[in-house]
Order: sequence, then C-alpha cells, then structure tokens
Amino acid sequence: MDMSPGTIRPKLTARGVNVFYGDAQALNRVDLDIRAHEVTALIGPSGCGKSTFLRCLNRMNDLIEICRVDGDIRLDGEDIYDPAVNLVYLRARIGMVFQKPNPFPKSIYDNVAYGPKIHGLARSRADMDETVASSLERAGLWEEVKDRLDAPATGLSGGQQQRLCIARAIAVRPEVILMDEPCSSLDPIATARIEALMDELRQNFTIVIVTHSMQQAARVSQRTAFFHLGDLVEVGDTDTVFTQPVDPRTESYISGRIG
Amino acid sequence: MAQAVAAAERVERSSLLAAPEGRRARQVLGERILLGLLAASSLVAILTTIGIALSLLFETLRFLDAVPLFDFLFGLNWSPQIAIREDQVGSSGAFGVVPLLVGTGLIAAVAMTVAGPLGLFSAIFLAEYASPRARSFAKPILEILAGIPTVVYGFFAVLVVAPFVRDSSEAAGFEVSSESALAAGVVMGVMIVPIVSSIADDVISAVPQSLREGAYGLGATKSETVRDIVLPAALPGIGGALLLGVSRAIGETMIVVMAAGLSAQLTVNPLQAVTTITVQMVALLTGDQEFDSPKTLAAFALGLLLFIATLILNLIALMLVRRYQERYD
Repeated sequence: MDMSPGTIRPKLTARGVNVFYGDAQALNRVDLDIRAHEVTALIGPSGCGKSTFLRCLNRMNDLIEICRVDGDIRLDGEDIYDPAVNLVYLRARIGMVFQKPNPFPKSIYDNVAYGPKIHGLARSRADMDETVASSLERAGLWEEVKDRLDAPATGLSGGQQQRLCIARAIAVRPEVILMDEPCSSLDPIATARIEALMDELRQNFTIVIVTHSMQQAARVSQRTAFFHLGDLVEVGDTDTVFTQPVDPRTESYISGRIG
Repeated sequence: MAQAVAAAERVERSSLLAAPEGRRARQVLGERILLGLLAASSLVAILTTIGIALSLLFETLRFLDAVPLFDFLFGLNWSPQIAIREDQVGSSGAFGVVPLLVGTGLIAAVAMTVAGPLGLFSAIFLAEYASPRARSFAKPILEILAGIPTVVYGFFAVLVVAPFVRDSSEAAGFEVSSESALAAGVVMGVMIVPIVSSIADDVISAVPQSLREGAYGLGATKSETVRDIVLPAALPGIGGALLLGVSRAIGETMIVVMAAGLSAQLTVNPLQAVTTITVQMVALLTGDQEFDSPKTLAAFALGLLLFIATLILNLIALMLVRRYQERYD
C-alpha cells in the first residue's frame, strides 16, 4: 500500500466550510483533511475558530440556535450534513471529550455504561461489565476505580473525571474522538497521563484535539492545523509546522508574537 | 528637594485621620441614623414573627389545659360545634384533630396529583423544549396564574368544578356529595401548578449545559438526555419544588372554605366532603366568640400545628433546592 500523504484516504474531509453565528462569520472556507489513526491538533489564538471547527465535525453546533454551517464535511465519504443523517449514529461514530470534565451525576459504572446502553451495544449484563471494564482500562482508569465502580463519578479528581469521560466516549466504540482542550482544567501530572493515553488511543481511533498549548500539540500530534481569525492558515506535519512554518502568521504564533 | 515635597505631602495626607471635627461628626451621625433605620425595619419583621409564634404557643397551652394533648393529636372525632352554648346538652365538644389531618392530607394529595405532573411537565417544556419565543409567551401566562386571587379559584371550584364532579360522578353511578374533596383539590392543584413549574423550571435550567452536551456527544436523543441525565441531576431540586407545593396546599384556605365543606368526616374517599385545618380555624373564629372557651382556643392549637408543619416542609424544601444549587454553581 502506498503510504505517501497524497494517496491516504482521509477519515474526515472538510471542504469550503463556513460557519456563521448570526451575522458574524466564525469560519471562512476551511478545507481540511483528518487522517485515520493520527492525532490532528487544531491550534490558534482564542476566537480563531478551532473549537467551532471541531464542533462542526459531530454537528454539536446544531445545538446553538443562531449557528449556521455550510460547506461539505464527509466521514468516510458520507456527507454528515445530509438532512437524512441520523445524529444518533453520527455521534456514535464520532465521540467527544469536552473542555471541562462533565461526568454525569451517576455512578462510575453507569457513566461508562450509558453510551452502550442507549445504543444497545451490550447483549447482557456480563457483556456490559466487560465493555465497562475494557473502556476504563483503555482510558487508564481501571486500576484506580475497579473497587468502587458504584461510587458517584463526581467524587473523582479532575484528572480521573476526564479519563472517565474518555472511557465513556470509548465505550460507544467510535471511530473518531474529538477532544476540545481536554487538559485545560487539569494539573501537569493529569495532563501528562492524558497525553500518554492519546498516543495509545490512536492505534484504534482517529483523534482530533483542540489545544491552547503549542507544547501539547507538538508532543501529541502527527499533524497540526493553525487557525487564525476564522481562516485555516496552515496545515502540515507537526514537525514541519513547528520548525519550518510557511505562513508568517504561523511563525509569529508559534514563536509567541501573536495570541 | 523632592524629598522635602514628599514629606510635606505626607503631612497633608495625615489629615485622613484627623478630618475637620464638624464634618466628621455629621458623617458619623448620618451613617448611624441610616443603620438604625435599616436595622429597626428588619427588627419589626423579626419581632412580629416571634410575637405571632409566641401568642400561638401560649393560647395553645391554654387550650391544652382544657383538652389533653393526647386527645387533641390522636382523637378520631372533631365536633367543636357542640360547645357553642353552655346550656346546650353535651357541651363538652370533641377536639380530635385526626379527621382534619386526613381531610387536609386528602385534599393536598388530590392537589398534588394535579399540580405535580402538570407543573413538572410544563417546567420540562419551558426549560428544555420551548423555543425562546414560546417561552417568552408561556412563562408570563403561568405566572399570571399564580397572581389570581384564591377567592376567584374558590368561586371556580364551587360554581364550575364541584357541579361537574357531582354530575359526572352521579352519571357514572357513584355516591357523591356536592362539596367534594375532589373538586377543591383539583382547583387547588391548578393554583399550585405555577409554584411547582416556576421552581422546577429554575432548577432544570440550572443543570449545566455541559451535562447535556456530554449526553448529546454520546449520541443520546433529546428525550434520552432529558430523562436520563437532566432530570436525575435536577431531582433534589424538583423534590424541593414539590414540597413547597405541598406546603402551599396544606396552608391554603379560601378554596377549601368555599369548596371543601365543614363536616369532619374521617374518610379518604375524594368524592366525600371533608374539612381541613384551615377551614376549621375559620369556622371556629367566625362571628362573636369568647376567647377563653376551648372552641376558640382550639383555633390557635390548629394554627400552631399548621405553622410547624409548613415550617418543616419549607425548611426541607429550601435545603434541597439550595444544596442542589451549590452543587452546580
């Protein structure tokens, strides 16, 4: 199989994506490919549109009444904005982890079991136990919580809660995981754990992460896309973007002159 | 040179501590008067509350001289009417409060059967489903419902709902009295809907958006999100909203005075006439009464009972709502 970048079929493709909040345009004709089994980092200063773009990918922007998205976004070639698309299936295939850990006010077990339950993924209690255990294991949380699965999830520390949210997303067996600044409320140790986790997870999943931290983007991602004022300025291999940026705006940002 | 200027300024500024005498004194006096006025106002309210509670307590103690506490709290027979005139045969009277408690509870239960689901469902609609336009239209109307004088609800109960309950029950072959717990309870329930819906709406709206997004992000539908995530998260607060509704139901007077009847029957059949604590208090104190007979003193005992019951309900309800809000702020 030819592995040169031009011929890999991307997992997600975005073409000419415009996003408006009311009359204000938040994204301007964005074209971006997300490759499978890679971590793609979206970076840029606040308000540049990186989170907005992320939330287009699982149609989370649908929840915002004044938000309008046009352009073409495809998952494995299927148009996700087709009116016939069932959001339940779309979001089962593209999971999401949020900026602030948002465990449901339920037990640790029920948090992880919720997704599989609503999608009917477990045939029996034993099956569900297995799904919960393996999801927690892959999220690196199993050893810490295996003896207290019935304890409320809100009692976990921030870092544990975020790993629980990752386990919750994994449990649905998505193909893509979107992460919206997943470490912004965590301390450096919890952040390091989640970054290590991302590298393991990309064996099985395609990951798109929005991050404020350029060091984080450099550490975890294979590809980096730099957004500025609603434009996708530059996208490329992370090493290249950070060492030989093409656009002067990218160069300014990564050297700390803007943002 | 510069140092000398700085030193001079420092001397000037030390006048902060030694303002001209007269101005300083005026300021202090003004502050004190304002403080006194504000404190006195709140003191009036507090003293009034304490005064009312104490007078209830003392009159109740006088009542308990005539009627033993045990007979009052656990007696199954309420007929204070017997004791109106001293020359009347059997003027002793019976002051067992159980029939009143059962009547009050029955009407409150009917009211909450109406107000619970209606209030909760309209709160869910307002908080989760209504468009901003529908919300801006429906919420004020619900609040108008809360502003209707209860005597108007009373009319409505007597003139519309009670005849309707009687006619339709008789058509269905049930024995029914013209003043039924059902009619009073249903109308009271309608009155309580805005109380439940408004508090439940606040509580549901306070569930963080991040929890909803978490559920949507997993592919949950709107109804799954509301049922599985939002409502369980809001449950303690919803419990508080319902308890405030119950508290309002047992304290409500006008509707039951007009629609519930006077006879103290010990029944849980909502088609029968029952009486409530508030109705009996009104009945005991209406007209010229001596204020030292057990009959009138009984009203204070009932009042104290009601006061304690609603106080406890309100405290629990507020605790639930507040603890819930703390969790998500």
